[in-house]
Amino acid sequence: MSIAASLLLTLPEIILSVSAIALMLVAAFAGDGATRFVNGAAVAALFAAFLSLGGEGVAFDGLYSADAFSDFVKPLIYLAAGVSILLSTRFFAAEDKLRAEYSVLILLATVGMGMMVSATNLLTLYVGLELQSLAAYVLASFMRKDQRSAEAGLKYFVLGALASGILLYGISLLYGFSGTTDYHGVATALADGVGMGELFGIVFVLAGLSFKIAAVPFHMWTPDVYEGAPTPVTTYFGSAPKVAAVALLVRVSIEAMGSAVTSWQQILIFTSLASIILGAVGAIGQTNIKRLLAYSSINNVGFVLVGLAAGTEAGVSATMTYMVIYVLMTLGSFACVLQMRAADGSHVEDIASLAGLSRRQPALAAAIAIFMFSLAGIPPLLGFWAKFVVFDAAVAAGLMPLAVIGIAASTIGAFYYLKIVKIMYFDEPAEAYHPVGSYVESGVIALTALAVSPLGYLAIPMLSAASAVAAKALF
Amino acid sequence: MIGIQHYLVVSAILFTMGVLGIFINRKNIIIILMAIELILLSVNINLVAFSAFLGDLVGQVFAMFVLTVAAGEAAIGLAILVIYFRGRGSIAVDDVNRMKG
Repeated sequence: MSIAASLLLTLPEIILSVSAIALMLVAAFAGDGATRFVNGAAVAALFAAFLSLGGEGVAFDGLYSADAFSDFVKPLIYLAAGVSILLSTRFFAAEDKLRAEYSVLILLATVGMGMMVSATNLLTLYVGLELQSLAAYVLASFMRKDQRSAEAGLKYFVLGALASGILLYGISLLYGFSGTTDYHGVATALADGVGMGELFGIVFVLAGLSFKIAAVPFHMWTPDVYEGAPTPVTTYFGSAPKVAAVALLVRVSIEAMGSAVTSWQQILIFTSLASIILGAVGAIGQTNIKRLLAYSSINNVGFVLVGLAAGTEAGVSATMTYMVIYVLMTLGSFACVLQMRAADGSHVEDIASLAGLSRRQPALAAAIAIFMFSLAGIPPLLGFWAKFVVFDAAVAAGLMPLAVIGIAASTIGAFYYLKIVKIMYFDEPAEAYHPVGSYVESGVIALTALAVSPLGYLAIPMLSAASAVAAKALF
Repeated sequence: MIGIQHYLVVSAILFTMGVLGIFINRKNIIIILMAIELILLSVNINLVAFSAFLGDLVGQVFAMFVLTVAAGEAAIGLAILVIYFRGRGSIAVDDVNRMKG
């Protein structure tokens, strides 16, 4: 394939990286006064990248692949990135820390995620993952004067770098024992039987990727980073990188290790059950809403892995459906967290401050209740459908015990989601929030709440068809 | 005669030392950064040894990418460390406890 055709296939990444560089120059010359312009231009660049999706084929001699799977995942990543840029302007303006580099970093991380999703070679996987991670470390410590933010950045950096090291060690073993870094080449080599070296490679790669998706036992960084990072950044961490890392994990597991399903299935079953249980139990004692949502995200990753552990086409399709619904719920709940402001306009993160919210701000309370019920997987809401499809796929693949334990453990999770609803609706009202209406925040909350409400079921046939096509591209 | 297995053993030892350096070290965050570099270098030994053994250049190209990314990673790590030090006035590992967990 010619260079020109390859460049055309990678057009979304090229658009994003060129605009990131151009906007970095604007930020350098015009200073922080240009932040609103840079944010707007970044959202426009994400939209342009979205429009340029749709190419099909393998670029650069098998390093990069544009297919139905990447076309399914990338719009989701762009959506999450766009929303976290839109939500940031108000947040940083209120703190008087409006900085133009914010959206540039988001764009660079998004380029990395696009590479992760499209990678069909361990080399592209590594470079994409690092591009995303390096931008994310900076974003976590974005509030330079805030000690919690700096500490979050430091913890994220140390544990993230360790994870990259472990992943890389696994890649080097896979390369050495299969003789190639190409996914299909690795799959061919694994099909002849998995030796000790290859098994170690698989385990290390899975361990490194578990770090990135915050699955137990590699989840320790999540609550601290979610709490310490500025809320718009947490919104971003909770959505886009998680989608990209899950998509990467799916592609590596199926395309590169698909010929050795039995050697990684048990690992994924263990990680998924441990994440579901620990995510639910760990959330119970939390008093900070961002820490609680961090444990909730660990819990949700467990359900996502149930679908992948099935190792079938239906399982992958269920995983992708779950990710779409999960991103909507995450964006909505963090937009609600952004609305929690004390009387002086500063942000509060205490769960106790939600007491009696139904009497002060009924609309916000109703929205939070919708997200919590949906995260708990209670039937009329869309979160139920997400859990239903993954467990359906697991049962169809013969993993009955996994499904039974998973469903039982999800009731533990319901406890703390419902506790928040109880605090909002039945406790004596606490001090009122600062009533700042923001069209962007209210819009995000309203749209995502509508999407996860029973109305969202109207979109299910379309979503199922799209994720089935995406899953088919990997098999 | 030094064979591929000798290189793998050296690299495995370096990798283990790097991981232990992160978890056992209770003193200084700079030492953690050194441990991370050690892990990446152990991977490079692996990649280059395999590359020579297999007669395949990809491993050496990969090692070049790892070196480049390691440089960027160290730069960002030190930058975060600097802003952390400005706020706390200390880079002792035991002091990184503003948030529980």
